[in-house]
Amino acid sequence: METILEVNNVTKQFGGFTALSDVNLHVNRGERLGLIGPNGSGKTTLINCISGAYTNYQGSIRFDGGDITLLKAHERTKRGIARSFQIPRPFSSMTVMENLLVPFAFVGGKDGPEQQNEAMTILQGMGLADKAYVQSNQLSQVELRKMELARAMAAKPKLLISDEAMAGLSGTEVDEVLQILFDLNKLGITIIMIEHIMQAVMKFSQRVVCLDAGKIICEGTPETVVKNPEVQRAYLGD
Amino acid sequence: MRFTAYCFLLVLAFLGLSSLGGINEYVYFAGFVILQFVILATAWNILGGYAGYVNFGVPAFIAVGAYTAVVLFKALSAPLLLQILGGGILAGALGLGVGLLTLKLRGIFFSIATVAVVFILETVVNNWRYVGGATGLQLTRPQDLWFFDSYARMLFFVMAVLAILSVVIARYIQDSFLGRGLRAVRDSEEAAECSGVPTLKIKLIACTISGALMGIAGAPMPMYLSYIEPTSTFNLSYSISALGMPIIGGTSHWIGPVIGALLLATLQQIVTVTVSNELNVLVVGVLLVLFVVIAPEGILGLIKKWKQSSK
Repeated sequence: METILEVNNVTKQFGGFTALSDVNLHVNRGERLGLIGPNGSGKTTLINCISGAYTNYQGSIRFDGGDITLLKAHERTKRGIARSFQIPRPFSSMTVMENLLVPFAFVGGKDGPEQQNEAMTILQGMGLADKAYVQSNQLSQVELRKMELARAMAAKPKLLISDEAMAGLSGTEVDEVLQILFDLNKLGITIIMIEHIMQAVMKFSQRVVCLDAGKIICEGTPETVVKNPEVQRAYLGD
Repeated sequence: MRFTAYCFLLVLAFLGLSSLGGINEYVYFAGFVILQFVILATAWNILGGYAGYVNFGVPAFIAVGAYTAVVLFKALSAPLLLQILGGGILAGALGLGVGLLTLKLRGIFFSIATVAVVFILETVVNNWRYVGGATGLQLTRPQDLWFFDSYARMLFFVMAVLAILSVVIARYIQDSFLGRGLRAVRDSEEAAECSGVPTLKIKLIACTISGALMGIAGAPMPMYLSYIEPTSTFNLSYSISALGMPIIGGTSHWIGPVIGALLLATLQQIVTVTVSNELNVLVVGVLLVLFVVIAPEGILGLIKKWKQSSK
């Protein structure tokens, strides 16, 4: 299997605090990877290093055959890395459609009627078509989450990182978002899912990686990871 | 196309107005100031309104425009248009420089840094003999009036053309990729980056254009007053006006700053003449407070609300 993302020996420090220490992670093309770990274990920091929100880390990151270690976030987006945010960050002065047209304009270089149709298709796939011309600050929590995924899709990513896209959602809403992620994966998009809702992680992931205190403590199939004593200790204590 | 036609008609109208006989010279004198504020408010809004980066350093850009004009005039006897061009270019360069140094700072830190620029440049000018230092410099206007009856009329027309030009630029930016990107930056810089927006680059472009237009607004000042001195040129009340006018008009659309500037600057001129010179600064202050509290989206916001409720 071909590797699409290679994180090599990445260390990230905030002052004296080491948020990530010597993290190595390989993700295969088309894979569904679950990233778990207790609060503060470094999941979002790792995602920020991969997506380019942080660029001052040690180590290197390769994506789709090229070194992206020094690239800024917007350059990485153009290479094919898109993400959603743990706390949704809509462009709140814009409609849902306009939100999607930002990546169309800046990644694809066009935001004409053709792109609007394409954006509409993405929104239909997420069940947001009827909200296309609604101001994005009027959306409900689950709609915001979906819009974030839709906006990420408008950047035509090869790798989609979903940072707790299901946090705070009800059971049926979790299933809806999960189905969307499954559908996107079927289109060939590699997906890294950060999630606290274990049912979702177990159902979705082909492989799970568990972070604790900035280190990867375990990786494997969902079943083996949850049975791993170190993972249980990280979550539940001794 | 229609917009271009309107602009052309407007230029002709201003040309007519400037050539018309029987109008008191003071009208042109006051009109110049109002048009200057149209440029300043429009320029400020390109960075402050579209991208949400509040520039408090407006006087620094005006002063760079004005003092560049003075130097060009003194050293080369450069004609007015060349003075304006030079002032615009240098103020644009200042915008780029300040942007490079400070646009990595977000929110309030950017604003504080821009205030510092005012004080730094004022100190420089205060100690620069060639342009008159702290006492200022008297300038003799050249006799070149083109085909106008007086210098005030000519300057009024020049300022009108510059004001139209800056509004055209602001409108173009709003409708372009740049405008979309700047709006995304204002709403969420992180999300903008992750949507492929080169945030630093477009902020720098906005800061440069904004600075250049402010310089253009300042460049005709020495010829307008036949005099220049630092205290009034570096007056921070320019910042308040340049920020207050778009906020009162509405920052989300290019027409907002134009409405705000026309209303407020006209009101200020009327107050200056009829009540007192001191009170005109108060006008902006009081209205700014009222609008921030009652109508944070400005006059445009009020119109939008009114339209929605009458539907």
